[in-house]
Amino acid sequence: MGLFGLHYKLERKTMSLAIGIIIAASIGGLIEIVPLFTIHQTVEDSPDMRVYTPLEIAGRNIYIREGCYACHSQMIRTLRDEVERYGPYSLAVESKYDHPMLWGSKRTGPDIARLGGKYSDEWHVKHLTNPRDVVPESVMPPYAYLTRAKARIDDLGLHLAALRKVGVPYTDEMIANASNDAYGQTTPDTPFAEGVTKRYGEATNVRAFDGQPGEPTEMDALVAYLQILGKLTDAAHKAKTAAAGE
Amino acid sequence: MAVEERDPVSGYLTTGHEWNGIKELNTPVPRTVVFLLWATFLYSVVYWILMPAWPLGVTYTKGLLGIDQRNTVAEQIKDAASDRTKWSKLIDTESFEAIQADPKLMKIVRQTGATLFGDNCAACHGRTAEGGNGFPTLVSQAFLWGGTPDAIAETIRVGINSPHKDSRTSQMPAFGRDGMLKREQIDDVVDYVRSLSNPAVAKAIAPAKLASGKAVFTDNCVACHGENATGNIELGAPNLRDNFWIYSGGAQSVFTTVWGGRQGHMPSWDSRLSALDRKILALYLVNLRAAGP
Repeated sequence: MGLFGLHYKLERKTMSLAIGIIIAASIGGLIEIVPLFTIHQTVEDSPDMRVYTPLEIAGRNIYIREGCYACHSQMIRTLRDEVERYGPYSLAVESKYDHPMLWGSKRTGPDIARLGGKYSDEWHVKHLTNPRDVVPESVMPPYAYLTRAKARIDDLGLHLAALRKVGVPYTDEMIANASNDAYGQTTPDTPFAEGVTKRYGEATNVRAFDGQPGEPTEMDALVAYLQILGKLTDAAHKAKTAAAGE
Repeated sequence: MAVEERDPVSGYLTTGHEWNGIKELNTPVPRTVVFLLWATFLYSVVYWILMPAWPLGVTYTKGLLGIDQRNTVAEQIKDAASDRTKWSKLIDTESFEAIQADPKLMKIVRQTGATLFGDNCAACHGRTAEGGNGFPTLVSQAFLWGGTPDAIAETIRVGINSPHKDSRTSQMPAFGRDGMLKREQIDDVVDYVRSLSNPAVAKAIAPAKLASGKAVFTDNCVACHGENATGNIELGAPNLRDNFWIYSGGAQSVFTTVWGGRQGHMPSWDSRLSALDRKILALYLVNLRAAGP
């Protein structure tokens, strides 16, 4: 009997066997996931972290709709070559407002966790319209229709309200003005744009991302999202400086 | 377990199950498998003690080895940097001229620069640095903000029309869209500008139109592009007499430029690349340009 004695007895009793299977199968989850809810050390503090603007949420939804995560990861691992190529490794806090997270698990294209501000808006528009215009060896599909498609901004208040339910600190004012703010972020020098700056901070990118001010297109939304990747908080850069100072 | 009985041939117990007179043997688990199972159990116990493993409410066991991936990668990067100090210190401290005069250092600049360029610059300027429509070539003489290593390093640091506080800023106004020039004036000045670098255009256009275009140019364009249309690197205004065009020198393209204005953007690399990396890139580009397209 010995090592297999218990199993030998269990397998002859269906109910005990079923309970035994449930216990064995849940151990992984109980040990690996549940403690994350109580261990504070797993997510860094970042009081200066900002939330996605409504337009960036619209862009994020397009990113999900088009399945960009299937080829691009948003997770720089703690490996020397990744840090030297892409920048400081990703921190848990950086995905704090990502519901769902878009870390991805496969890189047909490069990691884009620190893409924000790396290239100009013009480049992003050209690249999304036809990637081979700027990167001849690219295998990425073209997304030219994003320039022609008007972004859906009328329901953004609902998206923000839903995100607030899962813990993103949107204010009532942000939710009430979501659609106007999405319009304002692509229309600089208007009262709408001022509203965006007032609610989301001076550092918010307010400009015509696709080159045409006014009614935001899906291109505007997606580029606005790509230009903020890795820029919600500078916690990762601070961690890097701290590590270098040791 | 009363149903069990010993099989007379093999000597093993049976399970007591019987199918058409055939009884199932209850063969014991092979010793090798049992041994390996115990070995994995033992391994995991040792692993729990040495490595970060068990959750304890609000914290977790850190493990005797004190291994933390974040420290590991920080150390690897520090080691890599110290492996490079042999030459990185020289590049960091020596002047551009001194580095350019040192073939050994320039070899390192070419190798390291190619990687840095590929990771950061090639997306816009192309893998061969020859640019594309809207993105300037870096292998020509036509650097809008100056082609000395100093000027290039500064452009890389602050960017052009970027959010950096010291950013180089420049904008071609929208002479047509904003109503500063009439349609005919724009047509004339486009012809005139194209004639400066293209003799075929100069020959094909009527002299009267060229003269009128020149007058428009003198009134509106010389402030940035200069009396002789040779540009101004202080303002990032391109030389219109050479044959390098960021947005192509075709009639349609030049018209679009004069009508709707242009404002290119180059990101600032101040926070993304170290001063050493930027210096290597500047030297790499000067070297690339000397080698020719």
